[in-house]
Amino acid sequence: MNAATGPGAALAAAGVTIRPAGPDDAVAGVAPRWVALPETTREIAAVMRVSAAHDLAVVVAGAGTTLHWGRPPERCDVLIDTCCLNEILEHEAGDLVVRVQAGVPVETLTEALAAKGQELALDPPLAGGTVGGLLAAGLAGPRAFRYGTARDLLIGITVVLADGTIAKAGGKVVKNVAGYDLGKLFTGSYGTLGVIADATFRLHPLPAARACVVWSGPTLDEILAAVPAVTASQAEPSAVELDRPAPDGPRAVAVLVEGAAAAERARAVRDLLGGEARIADEPPRWWGRLPEPGFVEPGGPSGGGGVLLEIRTVPSRLPGLFAGALARTDAAVRGSLASAVLRVALPAETDPAAAAAFVSALRAELADEGRVVVLSAPEPVARRVDLWGHVGGLALMRRIKDRFDPDRRMSPGRFVGGI
Amino acid sequence: MSDPVLDRLAVRFEELLPAGAVITDPVRLRTYECDGLTHHRAMPGIVVLPETAEQVAAAVRLCGEYGVPFVARGSGTGLSGGALPRTDGVLIVTSRMRRILEIDLPNRRAVVEPGVTNLAITEAVREQGYYYAPDPSSQQVCSIGGNVAENAGGAHCLKYGFTVNHILGLEIVTPDGEIVELSALDPGYDLLGAFVGSEGTLGIATKITVRLSRTPEAVTTLLAAFGSIEGGGEAVSAIIAAGIVPAAIEMMDALAVEAAEAAVGCAYPEGAGAVLIVELDGPRAEVEHQFAAVERICRETGAFEIRVAASAEERAAIWKGRKSAFAAVGRISPAYIVQDGVVPRTALPEVLAGIDRLQEEYGIRVANVFHAGDGNLHPLVLFDDAAPGEGERAATVSGRILDLCIEHGGSITGEHGVGVDKSRYMPKMFTEEDLDTMQLVRCAFDPRSLSNPGKVFPTPRLCGEVPGVRKGVHPLVESGRAEQF
Repeated sequence: MNAATGPGAALAAAGVTIRPAGPDDAVAGVAPRWVALPETTREIAAVMRVSAAHDLAVVVAGAGTTLHWGRPPERCDVLIDTCCLNEILEHEAGDLVVRVQAGVPVETLTEALAAKGQELALDPPLAGGTVGGLLAAGLAGPRAFRYGTARDLLIGITVVLADGTIAKAGGKVVKNVAGYDLGKLFTGSYGTLGVIADATFRLHPLPAARACVVWSGPTLDEILAAVPAVTASQAEPSAVELDRPAPDGPRAVAVLVEGAAAAERARAVRDLLGGEARIADEPPRWWGRLPEPGFVEPGGPSGGGGVLLEIRTVPSRLPGLFAGALARTDAAVRGSLASAVLRVALPAETDPAAAAAFVSALRAELADEGRVVVLSAPEPVARRVDLWGHVGGLALMRRIKDRFDPDRRMSPGRFVGGI
Repeated sequence: MSDPVLDRLAVRFEELLPAGAVITDPVRLRTYECDGLTHHRAMPGIVVLPETAEQVAAAVRLCGEYGVPFVARGSGTGLSGGALPRTDGVLIVTSRMRRILEIDLPNRRAVVEPGVTNLAITEAVREQGYYYAPDPSSQQVCSIGGNVAENAGGAHCLKYGFTVNHILGLEIVTPDGEIVELSALDPGYDLLGAFVGSEGTLGIATKITVRLSRTPEAVTTLLAAFGSIEGGGEAVSAIIAAGIVPAAIEMMDALAVEAAEAAVGCAYPEGAGAVLIVELDGPRAEVEHQFAAVERICRETGAFEIRVAASAEERAAIWKGRKSAFAAVGRISPAYIVQDGVVPRTALPEVLAGIDRLQEEYGIRVANVFHAGDGNLHPLVLFDDAAPGEGERAATVSGRILDLCIEHGGSITGEHGVGVDKSRYMPKMFTEEDLDTMQLVRCAFDPRSLSNPGKVFPTPRLCGEVPGVRKGVHPLVESGRAEQF
């Protein structure tokens, strides 16, 4: 390839900051050749047009907190780093709406909104991420029980497609049914449909008060027996979280109550839990974080040491799950008993075959009443399991991918069914 | 006069479907010639009334075989012509699919067929202390399948969201006639989210799993009368600024109140320039706390009368005027257009002033009814269809209201859908690139454009083959020899 006319030169001529990639830029072990640092949506489009013309594969990275999730990309030529897309574009407090560029750190946004007494009611279980990364990974936290997940709070989106087309959907009003909701498709799409440039969210007022009911030490049976009455309670808790670091270790359940008269409602929840439950002002330290034993911060040897799973099921399946597959391993479990979304971490030293068998056992137990997704796993485990498990509508998803990215240049191979 | 293709298709349907499920008699076809948007009419070529998903799928496949377009219809209450039939096509009506298949309270969900009415779901679980949250005004008759197609809203979506936020699973028949199960539990693209609100253009929902919500412990409804719309608007802003998210905030202007009074005798306070209805629900302690704040705000912003519903009957009395408002304007005007537009809440005063200017400019009266909390306007544009030119002027006013919404960063529809009614406004709200990108989704689901063609998008586009070289899935995976993905 002639250096003066090759893709490197073309990228350099696109009017976007480009630097050669280094070893630290690898995506799950796959090294890109260039890193692009666009500052505007048009600059993203310029990068994408050059990539299309030169058949370059593109992976998008925010802060990199979940970049090692999913399968490694089949190829990666250009890494788009969204760090310079860091503006809060519009925040009209009276409308309870905010429009932000994808690279804005979640924490920065949280602070800016809090200054106006508002919040984006998402509590992703990983610190340090960006808005775009949060959307692309579709991560939800404890309060999803009350507020829904990112797809429920996203009201508008601007994306750049593989060929450089800039497209938007939705808008900046909460109520809007004009046209297809592309935002839903891009949420949780792992960067395989295009680049998220900016997003518009509906906001909530910061709760007037909050209280947390914490019950430490009960048996799992006691917890599982008490929780259904709490989630169905007219005290309307925002979240019901479990922490079970090990099958035979200490356990705790914590219930968050938010809004006016939180203290009074927390007392109602405590009465339902009974036993030793106490009311605290703030949730416990482990609240809203991924289970710890198996999880290594990104940037570790293989981009995360242990195996991290997400179980999504229905509440009635939880007792069977805890009595079954979850009782038989040294897995750490944390997550929502209300939404029946649990994250499970296996220690890094878990035998790969045993880890794979564990995933299979969970899937067998849940059958069609749940899904088990391997969010992150060391290569010897990832080789042995289907990371995604059953995916309804996979054929339709492939057809969508074919339309949006016919040349398979957007994070190829990372997502369900090898999309 | 008959169409030979449709004639052959009708024979095939007769073989396929139960007795009485195929309608070709023109008199009976006429029943289906429009939905709630009655000024758009078209006689369907054939109407079929399947009873199962398999029958829907078989009907869709037959349409595909003959290259005939099809349109799905639930109860036909839609207000944008989304279920307007095709003269050259088949209308697939889900009214015989109205079983509630499962109620699963421990998991807060119900599984229903698409023809079940919205309210029937709530009625089935009310005694157990649950309900289905989205509540479009037509909830007594509208079907849940239609709600899914339109992403129906309602007065209470300010706090609780829309249909899409309450659907946990769908069984759909794709435009190819395949039955596909979509679950909120599934990893992968959010097809569920893309399908809800696609107005029948991506297929037909044949089974729907809805989220059931716990009945709130307390509900308080307050009616406040203001001298002017501005006063009411100020109250709305102040309530939101106080960090309160009511279940609903509805506003009606003097003309809408006059109509409601004439129609149902709702006995709203006399001389009100605007009436505000605020409903708070949730834990009793929270509601009491917020209610005190809302009442104070209303007084401070100039409400001259405040009524509080002390019972379910009194609540119904307060809502009666609001819920009857659309039909009620029929009492004060021979004809009217129901508009549905959205503006950012902070732009409400400017947009209402703009509507006033339009009324003067065109000599057309507009009654304003709106979901003030989320900026969703339902201006009722009144006219006399017997007066020459008045219908056209009313249509112009109605269209210019949408222009106002777009100019202020809003939307051309908050809950009624685009359908046939507003497809021509889509290019004002979206660029060609935006629409082409949405079309990619359409082409993935329905490359032959047989599923409700001519709706939502202004100009039909051909999908064509996917350009470029497709590398597809790794051959080892395809052949089942590896499963590393």
